[in-house]
Amino acid sequence: MTKQIIVPFGPQHPVLPEPIHLDLVLEDEKVVDVIPSIGYIHRGFEKLVEKREFTEYVFIAERTCGICSFIHGATYCQGIEQIMGIQVPERADYLRTIWSEYSRLHSHLLWLGLYADSFGFENLFMNAWRIRERILDVMEQTTGGRVIQGSCKVGGVRKDISNAKLAEMSRDLDSIRKEMEELTTVFLKDDTVIHRTRNVGVLSRQDAYHLGAVGPTARGSGVAIDLRKTGYAAYSELDFPVVTDSCGDCYSRCLVRCKELFTSVDIIQQAIAKIPDGPVDVKVTGAPNGEFFMRAEQPRGELVHYLKGNGTKFLVRSRIRTPTLTNIPPLVKMLQGCDLADVPVIVLSIDPCISCTER
Amino acid sequence: MKQEQTIIPIEVGRLIGSVEQFRNEGYRLAQIGCTKVGDNSFEINYSFDKDFVLQNLRITVTAETEVPSITGMYWGAFVYENEMHDLFGIQVKGINIDFKGTFIRTAIRYPFGVSVAKEEKK
Amino acid sequence: MGFFEMTKTALRTVLSRPATILYPAQAAKRTPLTRGHIVFDGSRCISCSICQRKCPAQAIVLSKEAKSWQIDRFRCVMCSSCVDTCPSKCLSMDPVYTAPTSAKGVEVFTITYVKPPKPEKKEEPKQ
Repeated sequence: MTKQIIVPFGPQHPVLPEPIHLDLVLEDEKVVDVIPSIGYIHRGFEKLVEKREFTEYVFIAERTCGICSFIHGATYCQGIEQIMGIQVPERADYLRTIWSEYSRLHSHLLWLGLYADSFGFENLFMNAWRIRERILDVMEQTTGGRVIQGSCKVGGVRKDISNAKLAEMSRDLDSIRKEMEELTTVFLKDDTVIHRTRNVGVLSRQDAYHLGAVGPTARGSGVAIDLRKTGYAAYSELDFPVVTDSCGDCYSRCLVRCKELFTSVDIIQQAIAKIPDGPVDVKVTGAPNGEFFMRAEQPRGELVHYLKGNGTKFLVRSRIRTPTLTNIPPLVKMLQGCDLADVPVIVLSIDPCISCTER
Repeated sequence: MKQEQTIIPIEVGRLIGSVEQFRNEGYRLAQIGCTKVGDNSFEINYSFDKDFVLQNLRITVTAETEVPSITGMYWGAFVYENEMHDLFGIQVKGINIDFKGTFIRTAIRYPFGVSVAKEEKK
Repeated sequence: MGFFEMTKTALRTVLSRPATILYPAQAAKRTPLTRGHIVFDGSRCISCSICQRKCPAQAIVLSKEAKSWQIDRFRCVMCSSCVDTCPSKCLSMDPVYTAPTSAKGVEVFTITYVKPPKPEKKEEPKQ
C-alpha cells in the first residue's frame, strides 16, 4: 500500500490566468484524486443587480471577465431584449456578431499562448500574443477599449463602424490568416508539442456528455454542441461548420481551437460582405417584466444568462452560469490517473476562466 | 432565433423521479440556479438541454427544506449544489462531494439568503 | 512528425523590429476612440446630476449648493455612460489615460455656468 500525499496546486501558479485551488492526492507520481476549491475571486455581482438600473448593469455584466467580456455584455442585452420584446436593427445584430467573433479570436490566441507556456515553449507564447496584438488594435480602433469594449447597450450598439473601415478590416484579416496558419502548424505538427499533448487527459464521449462538458472541451471528445447554431444575433444567416474531433485528449482540444480560429475569420468576412445599412439602435422605454434563459456561445463554451424582472428598473435576479463552472467536473475526471508533470497542461486545456466562474 | 424553453413547476418530492426521466431520455444538465422570491422563499430552477431545447424544472422551497441531491444521476451537479448551499443557505442532502460550506468562502455566511436580508431590515 | 517547424518564424522575428513599445520613453498606442479620461467643462453644466445617477461605479458627486462637480479618478471605469447621457454636452472623453499619482483622492471642479437672464423668456408666452 503506497503512501498518499496531498500537493496543493494553485491558487498562484504560473500557468493559471486566474486563481483556482486544486488539492492533488498523489501516489508516487500519479494523481489519484482531485478536490477543487474556488472562491478566491468572488465579487458578488449577482447581488449588485438589485442596486443598479437594468440599463446600467450592462457595464457590470461586461466586467465579469476580462477575456470574454464582449459576449457577456451582448448576451445580457439580448436577454433583456427578449423579455421586453424589443427588435434590434439588423445592422446592430451584424455588428454584435463581428465583435463577438473578434472576441473569440483574441481569446483563442491568448489561450494558445498560455498553452505553449504551460509546456515551456516561451517563444511560441510570444508569437501567439504578437498576432493577438493586431486583433486588439482593431478592437481599440472600432470600440475604444482593448479588452473591455463597452459597445453593447439594451436596444442595439453604441457606436457604428463605417463601411470603409469594415472593408479595411476584411483585407487585414487575410494577412492575419496567413500568420495564424504558420502558428497553428507549430502547435499541430511539431514533434515536441505532440509528445506533451497526445493521449494526455483523455475524456471519453460518454463522460463528456453526462458530466456536462461544454465548448471545445466537449467538442474535442466528439460531442457536437455549438450554441451558435441556434441562430441568435446574425448567426442564422451565416454559414459555418461545427468543429469536432474524436480523440478527447489535450491535442484534440488544441486542434478544435486552432480550427475555430479559421472558422471565426470566415464568419467575420462573410458578415462584412453581408452587413446591411441602417440605424444601429432603437429607443427603449419601460422596464422588463418576465424571465428568460438567454444562451450564447463563448470561446469556452455555453453561457447561460437567467434574467428575471418584475416591472421596476431594478432586476430581481441575474444568474450567470459560465462554461468553466460546468467544465470543472470533467477536469476532475481527466486528472485522475495522470502524471504530476501533466497537471498544468490538462488544467489549461479546459481554458479555465475563473473570474467568470465566480463572478 | 430558435431558443425554445419551457418551465415546469413541480413538488420537491417528485424531483428525483422527474430528473431520472430526463436522464433516461438523454438530456444533459445545463445549470441549477436559485432565486430569492420572498422573505424565506426560494425558487430553484433545474435546466436540462437536448438538441438546444431547454426544459426547466422549478421547485419552491424555504431555507429549512431538505432538497435531495441529484448527483446520483448527474455526477457533475455537485458544483451547483455546493454553490447554492454556500450562497443561499439551501440544505441539500446527499451530495457526492460535499464541501460542507467551504466551497465558496465569504465574509458573511449565506450572503444571498435570509440572514443578510434580516440584517438590512434592522 | 515534424522537427524545426518553428525555425522560419524564429528567424524572422530575430531579424525584424521588436513588437513591443519602449513605454514610457515612447508614448502608448492611442486611437481617436480610445477611452482615456473624462474632461469636464464647468461653463456648460446645468447641475441636473444625471451623470451622478447613471455612473455604474458611483465616481461622480455633484453638489448644487457648493457648485462643485467632483470625480474620483480611481473609481471611474471609463465607460463613457456620463458622456452619452449629459444633456448639455459638457463632458467628453479624452484618449490620454490619467497619469499615475502617489495619493488617492478626488478631483474637484467648479461649475461656472450662469443661466441666461429670465425676463426675456417670460415675455414671450404672454404675447
